[in-house]
Amino acid sequence: MSLLPFCQWLASTSWSIALHESLYMYPVVETVHVLSLLLFVGSVSFVDLRLLGWIFREVPVSETTSRILPWTVAGFVIAATTGALLFYAIPVRTYLSIFFRIKVIMLVVAGVNAALFHRFVVRNDLSWDDDPTPPARIRLTGAVSLMAWTTVIVMGRMIAYNWFDCDQPQSEFIVWATGCDGLTR
Amino acid sequence: MTLFEVFDWLELSAPGTFIRDSVWLFPVIEAGHLLGLSILGGAVLLVDLRLLGFGLTSKSPAYVLNQASPWQLGAIAAMFATGVPLFLSEAVKCYFSPAFWWKMGALTLALCFTFGVRNRIIRSRATLSPWHARGIAGCSIALWLFVASAGRWIGFS
Repeated sequence: MSLLPFCQWLASTSWSIALHESLYMYPVVETVHVLSLLLFVGSVSFVDLRLLGWIFREVPVSETTSRILPWTVAGFVIAATTGALLFYAIPVRTYLSIFFRIKVIMLVVAGVNAALFHRFVVRNDLSWDDDPTPPARIRLTGAVSLMAWTTVIVMGRMIAYNWFDCDQPQSEFIVWATGCDGLTR
Repeated sequence: MTLFEVFDWLELSAPGTFIRDSVWLFPVIEAGHLLGLSILGGAVLLVDLRLLGFGLTSKSPAYVLNQASPWQLGAIAAMFATGVPLFLSEAVKCYFSPAFWWKMGALTLALCFTFGVRNRIIRSRATLSPWHARGIAGCSIALWLFVASAGRWIGFS
Protein backbone atom coordinates (compact mmCIF):
# COMPACT_ATOMS: atom_id res chain seq x y z
CA MET A 1 0.00 0.00 0.00
CA SER A 2 1.32 3.41 -0.92
CA LEU A 3 0.75 6.60 1.00
CA LEU A 4 1.32 8.57 -2.19
CA PRO A 5 -2.38 9.37 -2.87
CA PHE A 6 -2.72 10.60 0.70
CA CYS A 7 0.36 12.84 0.27
CA GLN A 8 -1.02 14.14 -3.02
CA TRP A 9 -4.28 14.99 -1.26
CA LEU A 10 -2.32 16.72 1.55
CA ALA A 11 -0.44 18.75 -1.04
CA SER A 12 -3.72 19.93 -2.55
CA THR A 13 -5.07 21.37 0.72
CA SER A 14 -4.98 25.15 0.88
CA TRP A 15 -2.98 25.33 4.13
CA SER A 16 -0.26 23.14 2.69
CA ILE A 17 0.04 25.41 -0.34
CA ALA A 18 -0.04 28.51 1.87
CA LEU A 19 2.78 27.20 4.09
CA HIS A 20 4.83 26.10 1.11
CA GLU A 21 4.53 29.44 -0.64
CA SER A 22 4.79 31.66 2.44
CA LEU A 23 7.72 34.08 2.45
CA TYR A 24 8.48 33.83 6.16
CA MET A 25 6.39 31.08 7.75
CA TYR A 26 8.23 28.18 6.13
CA PRO A 27 11.75 29.47 6.98
CA VAL A 28 10.59 30.24 10.52
CA VAL A 29 9.20 26.73 11.00
CA GLU A 30 12.39 25.26 9.57
CA THR A 31 14.54 27.41 11.87
CA VAL A 32 12.54 26.28 14.91
CA HIS A 33 12.98 22.68 13.70
CA VAL A 34 16.76 23.21 13.63
CA LEU A 35 16.76 24.99 17.01
CA SER A 36 14.86 22.08 18.56
CA LEU A 37 17.99 20.00 17.87
CA LEU A 38 19.83 21.96 20.56
CA LEU A 39 17.40 20.79 23.22
CA PHE A 40 16.34 17.45 21.76
CA VAL A 41 19.45 15.81 20.34
CA GLY A 42 21.62 17.92 22.64
CA SER A 43 20.03 16.47 25.76
CA VAL A 44 19.62 12.88 24.55
CA SER A 45 23.24 12.68 23.41
CA PHE A 46 24.44 13.55 26.91
CA VAL A 47 22.32 10.73 28.34
CA ASP A 48 23.89 8.48 25.70
CA LEU A 49 27.36 9.70 26.67
CA ARG A 50 26.54 8.78 30.29
CA LEU A 51 25.48 5.29 29.15
CA LEU A 52 28.88 5.02 27.45
CA GLY A 53 30.57 6.13 30.67
CA TRP A 54 32.13 9.20 29.04
CA ILE A 55 30.54 11.90 31.19
CA PHE A 56 28.82 12.36 34.61
CA ARG A 57 30.50 9.17 35.85
CA GLU A 58 29.79 10.13 39.47
CA VAL A 59 26.04 10.44 38.78
CA PRO A 60 23.80 7.33 38.78
CA VAL A 61 22.43 6.51 35.32
CA SER A 62 18.86 6.54 36.68
CA GLU A 63 19.36 10.11 37.87
CA THR A 64 20.69 11.25 34.48
CA THR A 65 17.73 9.67 32.69
CA SER A 66 15.06 10.91 35.11
CA ARG A 67 16.47 14.46 35.28
CA ILE A 68 17.47 14.97 31.65
CA LEU A 69 15.09 12.86 29.52
CA PRO A 70 12.01 15.03 30.29
CA TRP A 71 13.85 17.84 28.47
CA THR A 72 14.54 15.46 25.60
CA VAL A 73 10.81 14.73 25.40
CA ALA A 74 10.04 18.47 25.36
CA GLY A 75 12.59 18.94 22.56
CA PHE A 76 11.11 15.97 20.67
CA VAL A 77 7.63 17.47 20.83
CA ILE A 78 8.93 20.70 19.24
CA ALA A 79 10.95 18.77 16.63
CA ALA A 80 8.03 16.46 15.75
CA THR A 81 5.49 19.31 15.54
CA THR A 82 7.67 21.50 13.32
CA GLY A 83 8.77 18.43 11.37
CA ALA A 84 5.15 17.47 10.68
CA LEU A 85 4.48 21.03 9.46
CA LEU A 86 7.51 20.88 7.14
CA PHE A 87 6.24 17.57 5.75
CA TYR A 88 2.74 19.04 5.39
CA ALA A 89 4.15 21.97 3.38
CA ILE A 90 5.91 19.69 0.85
CA PRO A 91 4.30 16.24 1.22
CA VAL A 92 4.83 14.50 -2.15
CA ARG A 93 8.47 15.40 -2.74
CA THR A 94 9.34 14.61 0.89
CA TYR A 95 7.51 11.28 0.83
CA LEU A 96 9.43 10.30 -2.31
CA SER A 97 12.77 11.47 -0.88
CA ILE A 98 15.32 8.71 -0.29
CA PHE A 99 16.83 10.78 2.53
CA PHE A 100 13.47 11.23 4.23
CA ARG A 101 12.89 7.48 4.03
CA ILE A 102 16.25 6.66 5.61
CA LYS A 103 15.55 9.29 8.25
CA VAL A 104 12.21 7.68 9.14
CA ILE A 105 13.84 4.24 9.36
CA MET A 106 16.51 5.64 11.71
CA LEU A 107 13.80 7.35 13.79
CA VAL A 108 12.19 3.93 14.21
CA VAL A 109 15.57 2.38 15.12
CA ALA A 110 16.12 5.10 17.74
CA GLY A 111 12.60 4.65 19.09
CA VAL A 112 12.83 0.84 19.33
CA ASN A 113 16.25 1.14 20.95
CA ALA A 114 14.91 3.56 23.56
CA ALA A 115 11.82 1.43 24.19
CA LEU A 116 13.88 -1.75 24.64
CA PHE A 117 16.20 0.11 27.02
CA HIS A 118 13.35 1.28 29.24
CA ARG A 119 11.18 -1.87 29.02
CA PHE A 120 13.72 -4.61 29.44
CA VAL A 121 17.02 -3.23 30.66
CA VAL A 122 16.10 -0.60 33.24
CA ARG A 123 13.15 -2.47 34.75
CA ASN A 124 14.81 -5.81 35.31
CA ASP A 125 18.23 -4.98 36.65
CA LEU A 126 19.57 -1.67 37.86
CA SER A 127 22.55 -3.13 39.76
CA TRP A 128 24.85 -1.21 37.38
CA ASP A 129 23.17 2.11 38.07
CA ASP A 130 26.14 3.60 39.96
CA ASP A 131 28.84 2.12 37.69
CA PRO A 132 31.05 4.86 36.22
CA THR A 133 31.25 2.69 33.09
CA PRO A 134 28.02 0.69 32.59
CA PRO A 135 28.11 -2.93 31.28
CA ALA A 136 28.61 -3.61 27.57
CA ARG A 137 24.91 -4.06 26.69
CA ILE A 138 24.10 -0.65 28.23
CA ARG A 139 26.99 0.99 26.40
CA LEU A 140 25.69 -0.60 23.19
CA THR A 141 22.29 1.05 23.72
CA GLY A 142 23.99 4.44 24.10
CA ALA A 143 26.10 3.90 20.99
CA VAL A 144 23.09 2.80 18.89
CA SER A 145 21.16 5.87 20.04
CA LEU A 146 24.03 8.24 19.18
CA MET A 147 24.48 6.67 15.75
CA ALA A 148 20.74 6.72 15.02
CA TRP A 149 20.35 10.41 15.92
CA THR A 150 23.51 11.30 13.99
CA THR A 151 22.05 9.64 10.88
CA VAL A 152 18.68 11.33 11.46
CA ILE A 153 20.36 14.76 11.48
CA VAL A 154 22.52 14.10 8.44
CA MET A 155 19.63 12.63 6.42
CA GLY A 156 17.32 15.43 7.55
CA ARG A 157 19.75 18.02 6.20
CA MET A 158 20.08 16.11 2.91
CA ILE A 159 16.30 16.18 2.23
CA ALA A 160 16.87 19.74 1.00
CA TYR A 161 19.03 18.51 -1.90
CA ASN A 162 17.45 17.24 -5.10
CA TRP A 163 20.07 14.74 -6.34
CA PHE A 164 17.63 11.82 -6.14
CA ASP A 165 14.41 13.65 -6.97
CA CYS A 166 11.89 11.99 -9.25
CA ASP A 167 12.00 14.80 -11.82
CA GLN A 168 15.38 13.66 -13.12
CA PRO A 169 16.69 10.33 -14.46
CA GLN A 170 17.52 7.91 -11.63
CA SER A 171 18.93 4.41 -11.40
CA GLU A 172 16.51 1.50 -11.05
CA PHE A 173 17.43 1.10 -7.41
CA ILE A 174 16.63 4.74 -6.58
CA VAL A 175 13.36 4.55 -8.51
CA TRP A 176 12.42 1.48 -6.47
CA ALA A 177 13.63 2.86 -3.12
CA THR A 178 11.98 6.24 -3.55
CA GLY A 179 8.77 4.92 -5.05
CA CYS A 180 9.17 7.41 -7.92
CA ASP A 181 7.50 4.89 -10.28
CA GLY A 182 4.26 5.44 -8.36
CA LEU A 183 4.03 8.92 -9.86
CA THR A 184 3.71 7.67 -13.45
CA ARG A 185 1.45 4.68 -12.80
CA MET B 1 42.40 46.23 0.15
CA THR B 2 38.78 46.70 1.17
CA LEU B 3 36.89 44.16 3.28
CA PHE B 4 34.89 43.19 0.22
CA GLU B 5 38.07 42.45 -1.72
CA VAL B 6 39.26 40.25 1.15
CA PHE B 7 35.98 38.30 1.06
CA ASP B 8 36.16 38.05 -2.73
CA TRP B 9 39.73 36.75 -2.48
CA LEU B 10 38.68 34.20 0.18
CA GLU B 11 35.87 32.92 -2.02
CA LEU B 12 38.29 32.45 -4.91
CA SER B 13 40.88 30.75 -2.66
CA ALA B 14 41.70 27.10 -3.30
CA PRO B 15 39.57 25.60 -0.47
CA GLY B 16 36.62 27.88 -1.29
CA THR B 17 36.73 26.91 -4.97
CA PHE B 18 37.25 23.25 -4.18
CA ILE B 19 34.10 23.10 -2.01
CA ARG B 20 32.05 25.13 -4.49
CA ASP B 21 33.03 22.84 -7.35
CA SER B 22 31.91 19.74 -5.47
CA VAL B 23 28.28 18.65 -5.51
CA TRP B 24 28.25 16.92 -2.14
CA LEU B 25 31.04 18.58 -0.12
CA PHE B 26 29.01 21.61 1.03
CA PRO B 27 26.02 19.51 2.19
CA VAL B 28 28.29 17.05 4.01
CA ILE B 29 30.22 19.80 5.81
CA GLU B 30 26.89 21.45 6.59
CA ALA B 31 25.62 18.22 8.18
CA GLY B 32 28.79 18.07 10.30
CA HIS B 33 28.13 21.68 11.33
CA LEU B 34 24.64 20.60 12.51
CA LEU B 35 26.04 17.66 14.50
CA GLY B 36 28.42 20.07 16.25
CA LEU B 37 25.45 22.33 16.95
CA SER B 38 23.57 19.49 18.68
CA ILE B 39 26.45 18.67 21.01
CA LEU B 40 27.08 22.36 21.69
CA GLY B 41 23.38 22.79 22.46
CA GLY B 42 23.40 19.96 24.97
CA ALA B 43 26.62 21.16 26.63
CA VAL B 44 25.33 24.73 26.97
CA LEU B 45 21.78 23.86 27.99
CA LEU B 46 22.67 21.27 30.66
CA VAL B 47 24.73 23.92 32.51
CA ASP B 48 22.14 26.67 32.05
CA LEU B 49 19.32 24.36 33.14
CA ARG B 50 21.34 23.49 36.25
CA LEU B 51 21.66 27.22 37.01
CA LEU B 52 17.87 27.46 36.70
CA GLY B 53 17.41 24.60 39.17
CA PHE B 54 16.71 21.82 36.61
CA GLY B 55 18.66 18.83 35.35
CA LEU B 56 21.37 17.31 37.53
CA THR B 57 20.46 19.19 40.72
CA SER B 58 22.21 16.69 43.02
CA LYS B 59 25.51 18.11 41.75
CA SER B 60 26.81 21.68 41.76
CA PRO B 61 26.71 23.89 38.65
CA ALA B 62 30.53 23.82 38.77
CA TYR B 63 30.50 20.00 38.51
CA VAL B 64 28.08 20.03 35.57
CA LEU B 65 30.16 22.74 33.86
CA ASN B 66 33.43 20.88 34.34
CA GLN B 67 31.88 17.70 32.94
CA ALA B 68 30.27 19.46 29.97
CA SER B 69 33.25 21.71 29.26
CA PRO B 70 35.40 19.35 27.13
CA TRP B 71 32.32 18.53 25.01
CA GLN B 72 31.51 22.20 24.66
CA LEU B 73 35.07 23.00 23.58
CA GLY B 74 35.09 20.03 21.20
CA ALA B 75 31.76 21.08 19.70
CA ILE B 76 32.95 24.68 19.24
CA ALA B 77 36.14 23.39 17.59
CA ALA B 78 34.05 21.18 15.26
CA MET B 79 31.77 24.10 14.40
CA PHE B 80 34.76 26.28 13.52
CA ALA B 81 36.38 23.47 11.52
CA THR B 82 33.18 23.06 9.48
CA GLY B 83 31.97 26.67 9.57
CA VAL B 84 35.13 28.21 8.12
CA PRO B 85 35.07 26.03 4.95
CA LEU B 86 31.33 26.72 4.52
CA PHE B 87 32.10 30.44 4.75
CA LEU B 88 35.04 30.22 2.32
CA SER B 89 32.85 28.60 -0.32
CA GLU B 90 30.39 31.51 -0.33
CA ALA B 91 32.23 34.45 1.25
CA VAL B 92 30.78 37.04 -1.13
CA LYS B 93 27.22 35.91 -0.40
CA CYS B 94 28.02 36.19 3.33
CA TYR B 95 29.40 39.70 2.82
CA PHE B 96 25.99 40.82 1.55
CA SER B 97 23.97 38.76 4.07
CA PRO B 98 22.71 40.67 7.14
CA ALA B 99 22.13 37.29 8.86
CA PHE B 100 25.86 36.50 8.53
CA TRP B 101 26.90 39.74 10.24
CA TRP B 102 24.25 39.34 12.96
CA LYS B 103 25.51 35.83 13.56
CA MET B 104 29.18 36.85 13.79
CA GLY B 105 28.34 39.69 16.16
CA ALA B 106 26.21 37.45 18.37
CA LEU B 107 28.81 34.66 18.22
CA THR B 108 31.53 37.03 19.47
CA LEU B 109 29.23 38.13 22.29
CA ALA B 110 28.25 34.55 23.14
CA LEU B 111 31.87 33.37 23.29
CA CYS B 112 32.96 36.35 25.42
CA PHE B 113 29.99 35.92 27.74
CA THR B 114 30.38 32.13 28.05
CA PHE B 115 34.12 32.04 28.73
CA GLY B 116 34.63 35.50 30.20
CA VAL B 117 31.60 35.77 32.48
CA ARG B 118 29.43 32.67 32.83
CA ASN B 119 32.05 29.95 33.23
CA ARG B 120 34.21 32.11 35.49
CA ILE B 121 31.35 32.89 37.83
CA ILE B 122 30.27 29.24 37.95
CA ARG B 123 33.83 28.02 38.59
CA SER B 124 34.35 30.58 41.39
CA ARG B 125 31.64 28.63 43.25
CA ALA B 126 30.29 31.92 44.54
CA THR B 127 26.81 31.70 46.02
CA LEU B 128 24.47 33.17 43.42
CA SER B 129 21.11 34.70 44.20
CA PRO B 130 18.35 32.96 42.22
CA TRP B 131 17.87 36.01 39.98
CA HIS B 132 21.59 36.32 39.37
CA ALA B 133 21.70 32.66 38.29
CA ARG B 134 18.60 33.09 36.12
CA GLY B 135 20.13 36.17 34.50
CA ILE B 136 23.29 34.29 33.55
CA ALA B 137 21.41 31.26 32.24
CA GLY B 138 18.92 33.46 30.37
CA CYS B 139 21.66 35.47 28.64
CA SER B 140 23.53 32.30 27.69
CA ILE B 141 20.45 30.56 26.23
CA ALA B 142 19.28 33.71 24.41
CA LEU B 143 22.72 34.39 22.90
CA TRP B 144 23.29 30.84 21.64
CA LEU B 145 19.74 30.50 20.27
CA PHE B 146 20.25 33.78 18.42
CA VAL B 147 23.56 32.56 16.97
CA ALA B 148 21.91 29.32 15.80
CA SER B 149 18.86 31.04 14.26
CA ALA B 150 20.94 33.70 12.49
CA GLY B 151 23.21 30.91 11.24
CA ARG B 152 20.25 29.03 9.76
CA TRP B 153 19.00 32.27 8.25
CA ILE B 154 22.21 32.72 6.22
CA GLY B 155 20.95 29.84 4.09
CA PHE B 156 17.66 31.58 3.30
CA SER B 157 19.19 34.77 1.93
